Order: sequence, then C-alpha cells, then structure tokens
Amino acid sequence: MIVAEAKPIKEILEMIDGFNKILVVGCKGCVTVCNVGGAKEVAILASAIRIAKKKKGKDVEVGEITLERQCDPEYIEELRNIVQNYEAIVSLACGVGPQFISERYPEIRVFPGVNTRFMGGAIEHGVWAERCAGCGQCVIHYFGGMCPIARCSKSLMNGPCGGSNHGKCEVSPEIDCIWDKIVRKMMAQGRLDELLKIRPPKSWLTARDGGPRKMVREELVK
Amino acid sequence: MQEFKPKIVAFYCSNCASSAASISNKLNLFLPENIKLINVPCTGRIEILHLLKAFENGADMVYVVGCQEDSCQYINGILKLKNRVAYLKNMLEQMGIEPQRLEVFSLYAGKGQDFVNVANEMLTKAKELGPIY
Ligand code: SF4
Ligand code: SF4
Repeated sequence: MIVAEAKPIKEILEMIDGFNKILVVGCKGCVTVCNVGGAKEVAILASAIRIAKKKKGKDVEVGEITLERQCDPEYIEELRNIVQNYEAIVSLACGVGPQFISERYPEIRVFPGVNTRFMGGAIEHGVWAERCAGCGQCVIHYFGGMCPIARCSKSLMNGPCGGSNHGKCEVSPEIDCIWDKIVRKMMAQGRLDELLKIRPPKSWLTARDGGPRKMVREELVK
Repeated sequence: MQEFKPKIVAFYCSNCASSAASISNKLNLFLPENIKLINVPCTGRIEILHLLKAFENGADMVYVVGCQEDSCQYINGILKLKNRVAYLKNMLEQMGIEPQRLEVFSLYAGKGQDFVNVANEMLTKAKELGPIY
C-alpha cells in the first residue's frame, strides 16, 4: 500500500486559516488501511477543526465525506454536487487524491492533509516499512525476494558495502542491512553462487529519473 | 458576572474504576455537580474521537479513570488509552486548547475516596482554566 502519515494539526489549521466552509475528504483505499485517511480519521480531523475554530471565535461549517478511492475519476465525480457548498477541501488521501480533486474542480482550493511517505506494508500494528521504490523494472528474484533498490540505503545492486555491521546498515543502527539479509537467505536457499554474478548498473529510465511516468494499456483503452 | 460552572465529562471503566465509584457511593462521598459520567467496558475502547467529541460538544474538561496499568481486565486497555491521551494532548496544544483539560487516572478498585478526589482535582483545574470557549 501507499503509506502516509497525518500532517501536524497545526500545519493543517494554518493552511485553512481564513476559510470557514471546509470539506474533509477521506479515501477508503491505502490511507484507510494505514489509519490516516479513512472515515474515522476524517471525523477526527473535522472535529479538531471545529474545536480549534470555535476556540478562535469563528463560526465554521466542516463537512465530512469518504470516497471509495481518490485515484479514480468516477469517485472524484461524487463530489460534483457538494464542492460548491465549501471554500476549501482538505484531502486525507495520498498525494494523488488532492491532485485528482483539484484537477476536476479547479475553482476550489485543495489542501493535502497527510504526508505521503512510501510504498510498503505493516510489519506490526502501528509500524510500517518501505518495500518498493517503484523502479519500473522489478529484480527482487535475483536477491532472495528482497529489494535492494528500496531497502539498501545506497540501492546497491552488488552489495553489501563495507559499512554493513552485524546486520545493520552504516547509515543508522535502526536500519537493517538488506544485503546482510540477502546473503543469508541466498545461503539458506543454497544459491549463494548466484550472487557472484555481477549485476550491471540498472537503467533508471523506467524509474522517476526518466521524468513523470504514464502508462497506457491499449487493450483497456476504450 | 455569572459564576462559571464547568462542564466535565468523565469516562470510567466497568472494572476497577467502577468498583471505586460504587464504594465512594457507599461511603456517601459525593461527586461535584456538573460531572457527566460515562461507563465503558474497558478504557481501551475509548478512542480519540470520543474524547474530541466531548470537547466539541462543549465539555470544559474531559478525563478518564481506569485500572492500574498491571491490572487491566483486558491486558492493556488502559495503556492503549494512555497512548491516545498523550497523542491527543499534543494535538490539543497545537489547536490552542490547554492540554490540562484532558487527563487520565489509574485507580485501585477499593479506593472510593480517590474516585471523588480526581473529580475534585479536575473541577479545581477547570476553575483555574476557565471556560474552554
Ligand atoms: S526492484 Fe523495483 S519494482 Fe521491484 S521492489 Fe524494488 S523498487 Fe520495487
Ligand atoms: S550497510 Fe547494507 S544497507 Fe547499508 S548501504 Fe551498505 S549494503 Fe546497503
């Protein structure tokens, strides 16, 4: 999933200072699963905005709605008859959501309510970790099923580097050295010899370095 | 000027806090007026939204009384709640609301007097802070 975290409420309140009709829009996709932008978090933010504005003596109207997804136009369309009642929208979806909303409704101010962090998963309740950097050319099968692009601090294709220290990365003791894990797993699978093969530099054309990406699937295009 | 009568909402769990409450009753110890008591099966059920809604609807003070950390019937309900309260206190501060308006207390089941004491403590604090809005 796309993992996001709530922006500090202070930052959100500063963004919407001056607006008194605010719609908080959640998303039932990834951000619901990572507890940051579903119906519950929409209700929390809306309540917090009401309290903070009331404290400042302002009369506000804060609407709440949670869409199926904010990354598909048909769901964004559900806001069509609602947006005109508001001056500003705070989207609790990943960075895609507020952009889709503001593209569809250019007349309204749209603000991001979360910081989009990475593509990853929950390793335990309340803890998420990065797993993929969206390089566009997946190679994890060479590396024991683990991604050295997203999970090695230097994205090494031929690791580990000299900084690997008892399973930890030299960048921080908080970071596991993924190359330590790759080597151990390949040993356990009896495939260590495969790591002797030098992996040539990866082409980053399919990654972000090739510019903004777009994908067309002819068989799906109407 | 009219005397300020704080509105206080108190959540309490059905276990330790509840038995403290009933003992306080038997001892004829009375809670200050204007305290609205809400009984929940376990404080771990109380979410940030429940606490916020109390403030949104006009409570000047909100507090929770639950078990000691090592005697929660449901293992760690009170600890979960304490984490949420700490999170919400930080949020309240950013929202311009005094974080002291929200508190959580761990009580022993037999301590009826403590149930009344925390209520009085919150009332005194409410009077110091004045109305929330
Ligand atoms: S190799 Fe590329 S696509 Fe595969 S997990 Fe890593 S970053 Fe993602
Ligand atoms: S210590 Fe390991 S994870 Fe860190 S940069 Fe070197 S190989 Fe990558």
